[in-house]
Amino acid sequence: MRVPRVHQTPIQMKRTISLIGLSLGIFIVSVFANEPTQKAEGIQMDTKQQKVEELKTPFDKVMAVLTHQRCINCHPSDNVPKQGEDSHPHHFGMLRGKDDHGFVAMKCNTCHQDENNKYAGVPGAPHWALAPASMAWEGMSRIEVAQALLDEEHNGGRSHEELIHHLTEDPLVLWAWEPGVNNEGEEREKPPIAKDEFIKAVKEWFETGAVIPEK
Amino acid sequence: MKISFNINGKAQTVEVPDGDMPLLWVVRDILNLTGTKFGCGKAACGACTLHIDGDAIRSCSYAVKFAEGKNITTIEGLGTPENPHPVQQAWIEKVVPQCGYCQPGFMMATAALLNKISDPTDEDIDNNILNICRCATYTRMRKAIHRAAEIANSTNSAQQLNP
Ligand code: FES
Ligand code: FES
Repeated sequence: MRVPRVHQTPIQMKRTISLIGLSLGIFIVSVFANEPTQKAEGIQMDTKQQKVEELKTPFDKVMAVLTHQRCINCHPSDNVPKQGEDSHPHHFGMLRGKDDHGFVAMKCNTCHQDENNKYAGVPGAPHWALAPASMAWEGMSRIEVAQALLDEEHNGGRSHEELIHHLTEDPLVLWAWEPGVNNEGEEREKPPIAKDEFIKAVKEWFETGAVIPEK
Repeated sequence: MKISFNINGKAQTVEVPDGDMPLLWVVRDILNLTGTKFGCGKAACGACTLHIDGDAIRSCSYAVKFAEGKNITTIEGLGTPENPHPVQQAWIEKVVPQCGYCQPGFMMATAALLNKISDPTDEDIDNNILNICRCATYTRMRKAIHRAAEIANSTNSAQQLNP
């Protein structure tokens, strides 16, 4: 199913109207049932509440970065890339497509190039794409993200050494510290710790066995 | 800084103050090819769509330095009044434009789609044509996209029969 689009053709609009009807129905039912609205449990909220000075161990530091929206926005669990500090669905109904690069004639590279574009506010880095669906992290706790990261079924078959390389040298990962400006010309938020500190924490965590704490 | 590329079949070298300057500005303001439009400047509307090496690109978010050595096609290079591209022919037949501002971008996006999918379904159109038309000519546009595919495919099969 396509997500509601910001800009829609008439056909897409009909789909959205039914979605709005459905959501309104659910809203009315929940109001009458007097149920408090449940917020999704997720590490994104946990880490935001966690102060930087509370990030004590290498694991805390690594996961505070990996669960930041600069990373999670491109590790979606619903094939919809996310944008912005509020992780809204990518405008215009952009989706993963077959190869994680969008569609044949509307690809990520139709708009995203190898560098940020300061005039348009469009972010860019080499091999701009979504992480494969097997690497979906959105909505997971930090423990679950760490488990997925180390699981070869969910990390693209990467060994610990390859993971260290990916996390500390891949320009698309390191783009998180140079995210540029958005389409309003405002600086995008960076992960909660500095790049050097993250790289150091990744190496320390793997050197000490990549142990995942119980919580 | 100097940047060289081919545009609509001609070699061009431009002198720009900043390699990050959007290609759209170069095309419109330096090369005076004003068929490509400035809509939003934020890669949101598609009015600035042109082709680079056959792929649709939103030129407002494309730094001119990346165009070095590439082949660029703008709406001016798609076809001619005597020999229109199937997309231009279909657009004329279906009388698609209203104000017309968004249309070059849609036509370039459609031509790029037909390069990849010769007979696109409605779903292919939904996925690949994400431009915006403020006059909402979407219904005529969809008909014209199907018609353009028909023209292109009949021309191709006629060429195969009479090479
Ligand atoms: S002007 Fe480039 S997408 Fe709107
Ligand atoms: S015809 Fe007017 S914006 Fe599309």
